[in-house]
Amino acid sequence: MSAGILLQVAQTLLAILLAPLLMGWVNQCRAWLQGRSAPPITQPYRSLRKLFHKDAVIAHTASPLFRFAPYMKFACMALAAGIVPTIANDLSFSPAADVIALVGIFALARVFLALAAMDIGTPFGTLGARRDMLVSFLAEPALLMVFFTASLISQSTELPIIVATLAHKAFAIHPSLAFAAVAFWMISVAENARIPVDNPSTHLELTMIHEAMILEYSARHLALIEWAGALKLFTYSALGIALFLPWGIALQGDIAALPLALAAIVAKLAVGGAALSFMEVVSAKVRLFRVPEFLGTAFLLAVLGMLIHFLLEG
Amino acid sequence: MSHLASLDAHVLDLAWAGVLYWLGVGFSALLLQRRHGLLTRLIFPLGALGALFMAGIGVAGLLLPASSMVLPIGLPDLPFHLRLDALSAFFMVLLGGAAFGITVYACGYFRNMAAGPLALLALWYHLFLAGMVTVLLADDAYAFMVAWEVMALSSYFLVTTDHKIPEIRRAGFLYLLIAHIGAVSLLLTFGVLQGGHGDYTFNTMRLSEMTPFWSSAAFLLALFGFGAKAGLVPIHVWLPEAHPAAPSPVSALMSGVMLKTAIYGLLRVTFDLLKMQLGWWGTLALALGLVTALYGVIFAAVQSDMKRLLAWSSIENIGVIIAAFGLTLIFHTDGKGALAALTLTALLYHTLNHAFFKGLLFVGTGSVLHATGERRMGRLGGLIRTMPWTAWLTLIGALAIAGLPPLNGFVSEWLLLQAFLLTPGLTQPYLNMVIPVAAATVALAAALAAYVMVKFYGVIFLGQPRDPALQHAHEASWPERLGMLWLAGACILLGLFPTLVIQWLEPVVLMLTGQRLSGISNWLLLTPVSAERASYAPLIFLAGVTAVVALTYLWVRRVYHGRVRRSEPWDCGYPEQNTRMQDSAEGFGQPIRQIFEVFMRVERETPDPFDRHPHYRGDSRDKLWLLIYQPIADLTAWLSMQAARLQHGRIQWYLIYSFVTLIFLLVFTR
Repeated sequence: MSAGILLQVAQTLLAILLAPLLMGWVNQCRAWLQGRSAPPITQPYRSLRKLFHKDAVIAHTASPLFRFAPYMKFACMALAAGIVPTIANDLSFSPAADVIALVGIFALARVFLALAAMDIGTPFGTLGARRDMLVSFLAEPALLMVFFTASLISQSTELPIIVATLAHKAFAIHPSLAFAAVAFWMISVAENARIPVDNPSTHLELTMIHEAMILEYSARHLALIEWAGALKLFTYSALGIALFLPWGIALQGDIAALPLALAAIVAKLAVGGAALSFMEVVSAKVRLFRVPEFLGTAFLLAVLGMLIHFLLEG
Repeated sequence: MSHLASLDAHVLDLAWAGVLYWLGVGFSALLLQRRHGLLTRLIFPLGALGALFMAGIGVAGLLLPASSMVLPIGLPDLPFHLRLDALSAFFMVLLGGAAFGITVYACGYFRNMAAGPLALLALWYHLFLAGMVTVLLADDAYAFMVAWEVMALSSYFLVTTDHKIPEIRRAGFLYLLIAHIGAVSLLLTFGVLQGGHGDYTFNTMRLSEMTPFWSSAAFLLALFGFGAKAGLVPIHVWLPEAHPAAPSPVSALMSGVMLKTAIYGLLRVTFDLLKMQLGWWGTLALALGLVTALYGVIFAAVQSDMKRLLAWSSIENIGVIIAAFGLTLIFHTDGKGALAALTLTALLYHTLNHAFFKGLLFVGTGSVLHATGERRMGRLGGLIRTMPWTAWLTLIGALAIAGLPPLNGFVSEWLLLQAFLLTPGLTQPYLNMVIPVAAATVALAAALAAYVMVKFYGVIFLGQPRDPALQHAHEASWPERLGMLWLAGACILLGLFPTLVIQWLEPVVLMLTGQRLSGISNWLLLTPVSAERASYAPLIFLAGVTAVVALTYLWVRRVYHGRVRRSEPWDCGYPEQNTRMQDSAEGFGQPIRQIFEVFMRVERETPDPFDRHPHYRGDSRDKLWLLIYQPIADLTAWLSMQAARLQHGRIQWYLIYSFVTLIFLLVFTR
């Protein structure tokens, strides 16, 4: 039990500390692919440090909710990172929240940030909140359907058990998981505000979604939000890896496998991050009202995956 | 043990005494017509005590075996039969618990009302409460229908409290009409259920055997009758009209509690009286429930009146409950007792949750209405600064109804989704195809509910006041705050201690399905089936969130600093900003309207770009009204017009009518 707690704390801290590195890697790859000279991979850490040192500038009209929301978002993402098995499967916090609760954690963070965006009362803030809720109400059920497919296969909604079950099986046996994996990729892109749904580096009012919500934040609050964003990307990537490519993860009680698991996850994240930046470079951002079609496709794919499970594998 | 047994005999007497007490409180309000102070400071607090007492009776009723009694009131040969079993006791706790908070709130809410109408309102209010409890206690069709009518009529008078406004009279009429169509259907249900014995006690109905045809007929009639009360699509049209029309505590009571009497009735008839064995009707209820849930939440998203938004959200929640009911029925008839127990637990849990969070949200809008005199969300905004108590307490309700952990809405949703995941293994293969789609619909409705609540809360309480007068909005009075605190506290506790609640629900689940949930063993960890299958621990979750928030806060302060500078909002450097540039309620609902436009008839007036005083109006109406109700109304009007031809207004004609009728009757009776 105590080893489990130690492993839990270590893994969560590792996720929190490494998350900006993944973000830096994605940005670096993207810059290379676009033919720009790339910022160093540690650039996100430098930005965070700079932001933490600055004075926070807050609008006169901000309520306590506005100042509380970044902490809430950060806490939710830290918990989410704690639940998802990255290097080890034996996590003592995981019984507290299964995959449905994981979706709930993401929703909690999102609702708080959307409310905070509406708090100042600027047109961009409310616009961002509305668009972000639009994206999420389509993405959230699709994500649940992906999880449902995985949990129908493993007869459980507990992530460690899903991962352990899937790690012992070959990919080809489950066509439903292929559908689920495509849907999951699309959802991750949308939820992490990446191209083609949202562009993290734009501030154009016609296109921005997530950035519009956090326009009024500065300094430490912005730093926490950015960090939480990096953590979210990390968590989603780790989740995708755990569900669809779980090989190499250290299963219950297998301490000796930890170094190998760490190497495996780093390699998988590096490949995944490069793939994400490649997809971003080759695709264009879609119009806002094409986003429901994009996510509707993801939702349908996920439901199809579940139906296929019932039809072919049930 | 003998002590318990003696209490057992008296608990039903006490419940009936509570009903009489409420009637007494209601009628004594009439005597105090001129004493305004006493009405708010005495009558409503006394009513609230009654509610607490009822909740206590309910708790006792859950622990004790069922007891029944016969009251020699009513017609000579038809005494009232009363019975308190686990099912009625559970709904009594729901009623008492929610009504206590709402009635405490009402002590403050009605302080500015004139004494005369207030006395009348207090009478109807307590009659309404007494009627609802009697519905729960009734053990024969006669008592049930009498109580059902008392409930319907008293709530009609409550809805039409502001009867001078034509829309409210119209809403009241629609409510009365559909309530009575539903009541006729219930009357027929009981007619079928008594099976030709001529004995209308529930005990006889329990024992009688039915052919599949007649039990189907009884079930469908009951689904229609109780569905009309609960707001099941397509018989939901009265709900978004009537609930917002009533004063806010009454809306809270109607949405939070009255709708649940319909759920009670449905459970009572299906599982207790009918002992339903026909699973395919479960599929019908599941489908209707899912349609209702989705339809309700889509329309909630496009509303611009805050109380109407909540009314549509009630339709959504009722849909989820009816879907759970359908699933329970499917499992129950398929011989999957443990799964039926799980689904029924989710159903009861959600019913209980909805009473508290919807009550809280409705009374919250009541305080906003009092402080600002405005129901249109597009004229509100920024109230978190002037009304912090109302705003923060309402936030709890909004997060709970959006199904966010660790509050109570999440628990019931989680249980229901678990039930969907356990379906493989049903004997009918077509169900295995239906269930994933059903689960997807529930998930979609839940995600949309979060959208609706962000809109509701953000537009009313956050942002900047859209009207300068809102700067002077006053905070809710102390009784109002206490009432809201009670309801919000219930939302939190029901969210944090699910295992205790589920253990406490066990007698009801055992009574209706004959099974109990197997996995509950640890009070900290909610494991409905087994720990390997699924688990959820809200307390640990809350501790985790709190710990990380606190640690992050301290760490940022310690390592860096806590300096804050206040300035104007930045807003991308846009120079001219005013409060009208924030999203209005219509604006926030616009994406939903665009996506789901097929269900609505949208009317829009968009202003000219050169208009100096632009005015925008958008209205999204229910298409079902046009498709179903408008033709019926037109037909009725046409038939009336035809009948009106007989009415000439000339006395000769009327004398001829009487004469012909007389001759006809003489010929006929001879």
